[in-house]
Formats: sequence, C-alpha cells, structure tokens
Amino acid sequence: MQIAYTVRELNAHIRALFERDNDLQDIWVEAEVSGFKRAEPSGHCYFTLKDGKSQIACVMWRSNAMMQAVLPKDGDAVMVHGAVTIYEERSTYQLYVDRIRPTGVGDLYRQYELLKAKLEAEGLFDEERKRPLPLFPNCIGIVTSASASVFQDVQNVLKRRYPLVEVVLSASLVQGIDAPAQLVRAIERLNMLTKVDVILVCRGGGSIEDLWAFNDENVARAIAASQVPVVSAVGHETDFTIADFVADQRAATPSAAAEILTPDIYDLELGVERLSTQLENILEYELARRRENLGDQTRLLRQLSPLASVRAYRQRIDDWGMRLTSNQRGRLALLRERVASHERTLLATSPQAILERGYALVTDAETGKRITSAQQVSPRIAVQFKDGGVEAKVETQTEAKGGA
Amino acid sequence: MTELDTMNADSGALPALTFEAAYAELEELVLKLDSGDLPLEESVKLFERGRRLAVYCQGLLDEAELRVNQLLDGGEITPL
Repeated sequence: MQIAYTVRELNAHIRALFERDNDLQDIWVEAEVSGFKRAEPSGHCYFTLKDGKSQIACVMWRSNAMMQAVLPKDGDAVMVHGAVTIYEERSTYQLYVDRIRPTGVGDLYRQYELLKAKLEAEGLFDEERKRPLPLFPNCIGIVTSASASVFQDVQNVLKRRYPLVEVVLSASLVQGIDAPAQLVRAIERLNMLTKVDVILVCRGGGSIEDLWAFNDENVARAIAASQVPVVSAVGHETDFTIADFVADQRAATPSAAAEILTPDIYDLELGVERLSTQLENILEYELARRRENLGDQTRLLRQLSPLASVRAYRQRIDDWGMRLTSNQRGRLALLRERVASHERTLLATSPQAILERGYALVTDAETGKRITSAQQVSPRIAVQFKDGGVEAKVETQTEAKGGA
Repeated sequence: MTELDTMNADSGALPALTFEAAYAELEELVLKLDSGDLPLEESVKLFERGRRLAVYCQGLLDEAELRVNQLLDGGEITPL
C-alpha cells in the first residue's frame, strides 16, 4: 500500500529540506530591487530581487525593517541577508530578508554628502546660527531612547555634576526607518515646554546604518528650527552626523554632552564659598576702615579741641582758687583783729568804764546838765557812781586848782 | 526643618530664585560692596542680603536631587 502525503505534510517536508540547508539559512544575495512595497498597517515589506532574468520573492518583517537605516527604492542595487524557505500556503519559496544594504557603503555615503552639501549651502551649519548654551540650565530636554544605557549614562553625569537640573526625557527611537519621524516629534514636543532651556539629542555608538536616522534631512531641520539650543552627541567621537553639524554644539559622546551642558557642583560650591568669604572680608574691612577713621578723627579732635586749654584753665582756676582762699583767710583775720581793737578802744572810752575805774559823773540836779567845771556848780548836784547815784547840797567852794 | 526651609520662611523673596539668579545676585552684590564708597548702613544691608543668598545657594546645592521626568506624546509630564 502506497503511503500518501497530505499537501500540508508535503510542504512541511520541503520546508524542512530548505531549513536543513545551512547555506540557505544564512545567505547574502546581491541584486536589484523591484516592486518594493511596505504594507500598512503591518509594516512588513515585500519586494522582488532581480538580476537579469532571474528573480526571487522577498519578505522583510516589520521588526527587521524598523532596524533599517533606509529602505530601498525600486532599481536600487543592494546586498541582502536572510534565509530561504517556503511559504506553504502558496507553495512558493521566498527569501526572508533581515538586512538590506545599499551595495557598498558608497551609496549611503553619497546621500550623506549630498544632504550635507545642500544644508550647508542653506547656511544651516553657519557659525552665526550657533546659540550659546545656558550656563546654569534649569531643565534639559533629552531626546533618546528610554531604554538605552546612554540615557542612564547621561543621568549619572548630571546627578554627579549638577543635580539642580530637571531632566525631561522625550523618548524616541534612535535607529531604524521610523526613528527620523520620532526624533522630529520628540524635538518639537520639547519645544512646546517653556521650561526646557536646552535640548540634548543623543545616541550610543553603532554602525553607519545604526546612526542613519541622525543623517535624516527632517531631523536636521527640526534641530535647526528648535527654539532652544540643541547639543548633539551621536555615536562615537569619530562619527559625524548631519545632526552634529546643525546642532548648536556637538559633543563627542552623550556623557561628554552632559558635562558640556552643566557646571560642576564642586566649582559652584567653591564659588559660593569664595563669595561668602569675600563678603565677610569686605564687611570686616569696611568696619575696620571706619573704626580706624573714627580713631583718626578722635585723635585729631583731641588735638584741635579747646578741651586741652580748658583743662589748663581749670588748673589755673584751681590754683587761683586756692590762693584766693588763703588770701581771703588772711584778710578776714586782719579784719577780725581790727574790729576787736576798735571794740577794745570803744569799750575803754565808754563812760561806764570810767565809772568802773572809780570816777564819778556830776550833773545839775535841777537841769541834768553835765558839770565839768567848778564854775558851773549849782547848789544842788547829782553824783553818779559806778553802782548808783546820790543828790548833794554844795556847801563850800574850794580854790581852783592850779590858780585859775 | 532644614536650614534652607528656615531661611525660606523668613525671607519672602528668596524661595522664588533659581540657583542661577541667586548666584548672579550674590556675585553682583560682592562686586558692589567691594567697590566701596557705600554708606555703612547700606553696606550692612547688602552684606546681610549676601549672607542670605550664600546660605540659600549652598542649601540648593546641598539638597539638590536630580529630577527625571518623561514627556509623553500628549504633552503630559510624568516622573520616570
């Protein structure tokens, strides 16, 4: 009895044959592209490779197409890599392409040179267009892939150097055919945020195809149109993309870009410290200067002041005061002595004093007149002694003394 | 309460300043003070302002922590 295959079994068997062949599973083919078509919305690409009269149907899945720097156009000479197997539903064999390269790198390079010359002629690379970067950025917009280690590297540098800054990631593919449109959108989105004051467009290293999105005309124009300065850091130090030429500044690597974009916190700390010290010193100096000035003035004042002569006067006055006092004392004593002497004289000459010495005062008993001569004697006289008086009758008159 | 907060609390104008603005003002102020010829009262006033700016700047540097956000397609910003 014959064993009959089902169609499915047959196709599977043939498929297995293709897939057992190592050459067919890892093959490079050089040919010309025809009937290139990118299906929507799947994003898978279908085309035919021709050379002379031979042709082979080709499929490139979206995932692979996405990684392409550029997709070929009909008539392009290319080298493709992939695997041959069969499409069982149609029992046709196809080349499943995972990479397409323009023949040689010459083609990409020519495109690059053409675009570069064109934009340069437009003045997009002119030095006058380059804007200065903010010295102390407040918010850095970063255009790169969220998953890329590059983004982490940039964050690390910013954290270390200038943690005052805010980072806003505007995520974008950085490789493949969809990358240019996303890069453009990411740049435009950041431009709508007023707080962003500088943009960093970056990507890690890769082949010329990997970096190709940064040689896209629209990306270049989006960078040129950015309201805020753009720093580009694409690939390695030796890679120069069109984006680098248009950007306000190019950095050799993303980490280097982060350094260019920010001041070093260490320098800022030193700066603040320096200003602080300067501030203290100036005030101290100002105060010292004024204190010294005040001292000078005081000394000058002392020299010029009447206070000095006032002191001299005061001393003289003291001297005089003392002298005056002793003079006065002398004079008072003299006066006192003189008064005492007058008093004594007065006392010595008073009538009472004479009576005290034993004399008597004789008056006319009738008239009270003092009788100081024998001629004046009246028949009745009053005699006053020191301690009382008597009245007397005159009997006889004696001869005048000394013969008057 | 940190030193920075304390200072923010007793100076109305400072908290709104960016580091850049505060640093620039501090530099300018030192230059002005250094030129001399200011009345003592004004010197002291500038000095006090400068002192506050310096502490403020130092505080910003000490307490700074990198903020990382993501800008979405719609224009919203979310922390990353």
